[in-house]
This record gives sequence, structure tokens and C-alpha cells, in this order.
Amino acid sequence: MANIFLNGKFVGTHDNPKKLVSEIKEMRRDGRLPSETNVAFFKEEDSVYILSDKGRARRPLIIVKNGKSLLTKEHIEKLKKNEITWDDLVKEGVIEYLDAEEEENAYIAFDEKKLTPEHTHLEISPTVIMGPQANMVPYPQNSLSYRITLGAKMTKQALGLYTANLPLRADTDVSIIHYPQFPIVKTQMYDLLRFEDHPVGQNVIVAIMPFDGYNIQDAVVINQASIDRGLFRATTFKPYVCEELRYPGGQTDSISLPDKEVKGYRTEHAYRYLEEDGIVYPEVKVEAGDVLVGKVSPPRFLSSLEELRVGTEAQRETSTTLAHGEKGVVDSVLVSESEEGNKFVKVKIRDERIPELGDKFASRHGQKGVIGLIVPEEDMPFTEDGIVPDIIFSAHSIPTRMTIGHLIEIIGGKVGALNGKNVDATAFQSVDEFTLRRMLKEAGFREDGTEEMYDGRTGRRFEAKIFVGSQYYYRLKHMVANKLHARSRGPVQLLTRQPTEGRAKEGGLRLGEMEKDCFVAHGSALLLKERFDSDRTIVPICKKCGMVAIYNKFKNKTICPVCGEDAPIEFVEMAYAFKLLLDELKSMGIYPKLNIKPKFEVEK
Amino acid sequence: MIFPQSVDEQLKELKETLKLNKAQVEKLRKIAEKQYEKSLIDPGEAVGVVAAQSIGEPGTQLTLRTKWLAGAMEMTVTQGLPRMIEIFDAKREPSTPSMIVYLKPSYATSEKKVEDIAFKILEIKLDDVIKSIDVDLLRMRVEVELNPEILRKYHLTEKKIQKIISEEFKGYKITTGSYKINIKPKGEDVDIKQIYKLKVKLKGIHVGGIDGIKQVLPMKQGDRWIIKTAGSNLKDILRLPEVDIENTTTNNIFEVLSVFGVEAAREVIIEETLNVLNNQGIEVDPRHIMLVSDVMTYEGTIKGIGRYGVSGGKASVLARASFEVPLKHLFHAAVSAEVDNLTSVVENVMINQPIPVGTGIVNLKVKKEEEK
Repeated sequence: MANIFLNGKFVGTHDNPKKLVSEIKEMRRDGRLPSETNVAFFKEEDSVYILSDKGRARRPLIIVKNGKSLLTKEHIEKLKKNEITWDDLVKEGVIEYLDAEEEENAYIAFDEKKLTPEHTHLEISPTVIMGPQANMVPYPQNSLSYRITLGAKMTKQALGLYTANLPLRADTDVSIIHYPQFPIVKTQMYDLLRFEDHPVGQNVIVAIMPFDGYNIQDAVVINQASIDRGLFRATTFKPYVCEELRYPGGQTDSISLPDKEVKGYRTEHAYRYLEEDGIVYPEVKVEAGDVLVGKVSPPRFLSSLEELRVGTEAQRETSTTLAHGEKGVVDSVLVSESEEGNKFVKVKIRDERIPELGDKFASRHGQKGVIGLIVPEEDMPFTEDGIVPDIIFSAHSIPTRMTIGHLIEIIGGKVGALNGKNVDATAFQSVDEFTLRRMLKEAGFREDGTEEMYDGRTGRRFEAKIFVGSQYYYRLKHMVANKLHARSRGPVQLLTRQPTEGRAKEGGLRLGEMEKDCFVAHGSALLLKERFDSDRTIVPICKKCGMVAIYNKFKNKTICPVCGEDAPIEFVEMAYAFKLLLDELKSMGIYPKLNIKPKFEVEK
Repeated sequence: MIFPQSVDEQLKELKETLKLNKAQVEKLRKIAEKQYEKSLIDPGEAVGVVAAQSIGEPGTQLTLRTKWLAGAMEMTVTQGLPRMIEIFDAKREPSTPSMIVYLKPSYATSEKKVEDIAFKILEIKLDDVIKSIDVDLLRMRVEVELNPEILRKYHLTEKKIQKIISEEFKGYKITTGSYKINIKPKGEDVDIKQIYKLKVKLKGIHVGGIDGIKQVLPMKQGDRWIIKTAGSNLKDILRLPEVDIENTTTNNIFEVLSVFGVEAAREVIIEETLNVLNNQGIEVDPRHIMLVSDVMTYEGTIKGIGRYGVSGGKASVLARASFEVPLKHLFHAAVSAEVDNLTSVVENVMINQPIPVGTGIVNLKVKKEEEK
């Protein structure tokens, strides 16, 4: 007696569960039940699960009967002639969708050659065991699965031409490369995704060799001339938004050139690119601190003092400026209305990003690295034919990662470039290595892909033969121009008076707990004190009650709020954060009394 | 200068082997003195932080969780980071207590004899030596049938077991005969539940060996016989005449503390920690671990490193508050009017003053001339 569950609810029992399951399947295949129904029998639990609810991930498979695929040649012919569609195949019961439960009962053949009478289903294509992302890695069957995962992940970070209506859009912080290309070594997925319309990389000539140690630890050496010709040149777009807000009481912001009397007025220099309406004009080069949209706001609090001020004096300056560390050209200016009906300005800044030292690149096999050196073309190694590589990649990146697909792609790229044809590198059905080697030999090259190369600086031939070929490379979105950061003095937090955190706020670099321990371990007490001096303050302390006193600078007088004017008061240096701690203790109802003693003991 | 005992012994040995005269001995002592002073820790050296870093840095490479079983002849002992945490947190019972029992050479003459001793140590319950145990519902009694072969292996006799059972179950009706023991509770109205309870209780009866020793493994180490055990009972094992008291150890630190005292416990902490590190191929200078175990044991009991141990016992309020549960410490300090003399490192970092370590430990004392 098997238990029957319909969408997780117990509905009854059945004496012959296997028969029930096969009957349900039969009914689904000839259309008496909806094709969304799935059914599974679990022998161990002795229960049948019938599922027809939403939210199940399902995948299509070809049905197999008696070791023969139901998808015949006639079907394929008809499909090619557009006489039938996919839906017809599903209706006909040739293809069905299985969910995770029913998959447990299925025995799925990898490809048609491996079909046996026991099989129940057949993969539509062996490549569907991977998703669209992983299928963009060429020769995945030759690399480790983890490297394919990495390759798929980095595809998402690659810069490309992701949209054609870029001038009309205002996406936040996006980059495009100027000359994207379709890969020579491709997979079927590239055609399915119409990749030609939005490619994300470029075909480059890669040589696998060391270069004076400048490509150590996965770094790459790149050809200066290639960069000059526009290799991987990119442009970053960043929109700045400014909105005229309305405040309770009828007051509003006003986008305009701020008056000099306004509170918080910057230098005149900062407003130099603004037109009469208070907005920058397009195609002007701007730097950090330059005002893009001038704006003044009404005073924040209507205190008695500020009410007395007249006109513009009471207003605050709240202009939108180019952020710290940024530069660029004003690409476009958009003036519109926001959802609330306020005036609203979007200024799009464009900045060219030429590859520089430290920018990140990757092949499609999870082999990522940053530029270690940019070499003039005349110093780059060259082959007998005069081919100069664009990128020199370190051989040490290969053995531990075991990305054989990376090497085969280079041979494939070379063959493709020589024949002017794309090379198919789809998983499990790619052009195999030996065919590529044969084709390379036919084209007049060594079949292993290596070539004699000469050192560009000395003109001497290298003793070893160098593996060169063409490969598809990505430029990843991590660029040093967005990350470089240093600070000496700068802004501090209001609460603790310690330096702010993060590049955007021009923050300090934290010397953390463990770094502090290193100073302690070295016994460098005074250096440690100096490092933590960023929030140093001098606080007047009452000797009598041990509380923080008040110092009036104008009258040069000290008053203890507890003991009065005559109390003995000492000035003590301490961290502002500690003063804050004392204040917090007081707010908790704890009396933190400071017992003050002279720093140097006096002996009589 | 007073040298440590080991240095003194070495000097004495040198004197004897080289046959030095008095002047030479004096010279040797002077040289030794200089070398000894040179190798002393400098005043103000931050030994605690150095020790913490020296153990902590290689500690990141410790295996997170290992239960290893290298072949059938080994026992599972907690290793790596979990064991390290166990030691430093001063856990009362290790997760895998284990002993290394050394035998006196006069007793351990052959493999057979060592095996005999091992079986003497192994805890044996009635369940281990029986052929069957059944409940006879008709006569309302439990019937036990002993296995004579196993009994012989463990050096037990039928009589002995009969004696143990009759001592344990006084007031029960016990009949015996040819490796069979029948037990029946007295009284007329005995229900089935009672019988089943009796059966379970019977199975767990201790019939031989030493309490807590669940597994024994005799092996030869160098030219000495040892017995490795799973489960630990130092007190009872040391009572056996065959056992070499000087060398036998356990990994249960608290057991060593109660049997041998705190100095021995300190030694065990050092040894166990070094053992864990060396097993993973990590080399740490033993002096760092000695410092840690000194801190853990100097009060006469074992204190763990943590809120309820060493860190919670700090003198400074601010130092304690900067570790876990600050509010508790701050309120407690306020209620009992605690004074923080700011003598340690953490407090001085907090108030941004030079820390009393290294260059900060030197102080200036001004001698004031009498004013004329």
C-alpha cells in the first residue's frame, strides 16, 4: 500500500504504485493530463508524489522507449523546414519536462551513442549539463570544474558593449570597451545569445613565457603599441543627480548659480563651468571639487538667530560636485521632472580609461591577472614572421590550475586566425585537439603551437620555443583608477573625531587591533601612541571632583560645573574617544572620577 | 648568581668530566654567567603578546576538525584546533580522554603478559562476557548465560561473577549452575516492566577491570611496553602494582591536577599543547606555551583563557570592559567603587598614553633640590 501525495498533501493509498505512475506518465504524454504534471515513486518511502504546483525548476528531455529516442530524423527535418515547432514536440510526447522529483526516477543517457534499453530519457545535447554562463567557456571538458566556474564568474565582470543605446541611458557606473570583438574560438552558446551584438572582449596574440619577472604571480605584460592602437580602451560613465526638493512650509531648493552671500559658498573657481541656469555645459573637462549643478537650499532649522538674516544670507549651499578623486568630461546634461514633479538634473560624466599598470584582465578559463608592465613594441619579443604578442602570460599559471582548455584555445585561435574561420569549442562536441594540430601543420606552422622567438631588446633568439597563438581576453571592471587611495590629513567623524572610513569619504587607512598588537610586541610604545594620536584632545579636568571642566578661551578662565570657579583644574591630554567614553558612562549613571597625578614623580 | 637547576647540573658535570681545578671552575662560572645574562629576556619585553602571536599565527594552519583513524591499531584522539581550544578553555573532561600506561619492566616481559595486564585494566561489563540474556516471562525471571571462553580471556571466573551479582542484587532470588544465572525479584506481584529494567541493569554491571577504560591497546615503544587506552582513570590505574607510576600519563588535565597537583598539571598542559602542534608539523618555541600554562595555573587551580578565566580576572576595569560583556563590568565597578590604576597595556591604548611596555616602561623620576 503506497501513500499518494498530491502537491505535498496526502490524498490516499494505492496497491500498485508503479502502474499508477506509468499510467499518469502515459496520460501526460498523450495530452490527457497537463504537461506541467510530474510524478515520482520512491521505493524506500513507499510513496508516490504527484506535483502540479508552481515554482518547480524543470528541464526538457527527449523520451526514450526500448532504447530508442522518440525524436526521429523526420522531426528534425520538419523542424528545419519550420513545419513543426518545439511545442508540437511536447504535445506529441517526444519531449517532456522533468522536475527534480521525477528526475530521481529517470535514467538519462548522455548522448545517443550510449543509449541502452534501460534508459528512460536522452539529453537534448550533452552541453546542457552546464548553464549559459559556463557554456561560454571554450573546451570546458579539458579544464577543472572550478576553473570553469571562475571563468563563468569573470565573464560577468568583463567590459563590453552591453547596449547600443548608450547615449540615451544613464546607468550608474558602467564602462564599455571601444573595439569589442567576437571570439575566434566560440561555442554554440555565443550564437544562441547573439553575442555578435554585444561582445565583451578582444582577440589578442598571447605568448606564454616569462618577461624579466614582470609577469610573476599571474601578472601580464602588455604591449604599449597595442594599447596605443586602442586595445581594451574603455570609457566609464557616471551620472550625477541633483533634484530641487520641496520642504514643508512652502520652501524649495533652487537650482541656480549660488549667490556669494550664501552660507557655505565655495570658491568662484569651483563654479566656473556653470551657465546662467546653474548647470554645467556638455563637453567640458571637470575635476574633483568642480560644481556640476549649483543649488541653494533654505536653512535647516528656523532658529531665532537665522530668521533675522535676510534673503540669500540664510540659505545653504548644497551644490552637486564631482566626487573626490574623480575626473572626466561632461557627456550629457538632462533636465527633467522627478516623480514628485520637482525639477531634476542628471549630468553624465564620461572618462576614458586606457589600460594602465594594475588593471585587471582575464582569459575565459579563470586565469585572471593584472598588468605588471607595459613594454614598448620594439622591446617585445617577436616571431620569425614578425608577429609581436599583445600580452605575455606566465607559464607558471598553468600547472597548478590545470587549465588545459586555455592552451587548446590558443592553438584553436591560431588555426582560426590562419584560416579565417571560427573554431567550435562547445563542450563535448568541439573540434578536437588533434584536428587542430593537423590544421596548424597544414598551414605551415609547428603542430604543437610553439615558434622560435627573438628577444626584442637584444635581437637574440630564445633557446626555448615559445607557445604563441590567438586568444580571447576580457578586460575586467576592476581598474586602479577607481581604487587608488591615500591620505595624510583629511575629514574626521563628528562623533569620535577619528578619521572617516573608505575611499569615497577620503578616509584613513585603519591600523587595526592586530596591527596594534605588533607595535606592542615590538615594545614601541611611543610610536604606538603617535599612530593613535589622530583624535588627540586636551581636556580640562577638575582635580577635586575628577570630572571634565570648562575652559573659556575669551576670558581665559576655567570653571568646574560641579565645584565652581575656584576649583583646581589641570589640562590633560587624552584620546577624544576616551572623553566620549567618559560622557557615555555619565549618561549611564556611572561617575567616572579621574584621579590626576603629575606625569613625572617628584622625589624629595 | 643563582643558576637554574639544570645549568648547575651541567656545570657540575663539566667539572667532573674535564677535571677542572677551583680557579678554572670559577672562570667557567663567569663565562656561563655572562651567557646566561645575555639570553635572559630584556626588561619591558612584551612576552604575552609575543607568545600570543607565536602560538596564534601557526595556529591558523591547524586542522579545523580531525578524527583520524590510521589503521585498526590506533585510537581516535581529538587533534588540531578542537583539542587546542579544549586545553586553553580548561575543559573539565576532554572529548576523547586517553592514557598512556607504562609498565614496570619486571612485569612486562612478554607480549602475552602485557596483553594480560591490558585486559586487567579494560573495563568489563556483564554484557561483554555473556552468551545470551533472556527474559523468561513464564517464570518471571532473567536468564543469563555466560560465555566461558571470553571469561577465560579476561581472567574471570564463574564464581567471581556470581559473587558480584549476588552482592549487587541483594534481596533478589538468584539460582546458579553451569554458566547460567537466573535472577528473579522477590515478592509475588512482579510486573514485566520491572523485569526489563532488571535486564538493562544487569547488562551494565561492572564485573572487572577499571572504571572508564573503554579500550586498551598494548604496544611496544622503543624497548618498553606501554598500553594506550581510550578513557582515563589515573587514580585507579596507579594503584595497580604492574604500573610504572613515574611515566604513566593521561590527557585529562584535571585528573592530573587532583592526583599529582598543579605543577604536574602545568606540565601536562605544556606537553599536550606541544603534542597537538607537533602532530601538525608546526614548531612553536616551548617557552611561549610555558608562559601560557604558567598564567593558567599560577593560582593553584586551572583557569581557562577567557571571560571566566584569565581575561575575566584582570585587575583593570577598562581592560575587562574592552573584552566581552562591557556593561556588566562597568556597572559592577561603579557599584563597588573600583579604582583603575591604568597600569596595563589595554587601558593606556584606550586613553592614548604610552603603554608600559618596551620603550614606554622607562620612567623619569625628578629629584627636586631644596629651594633656598
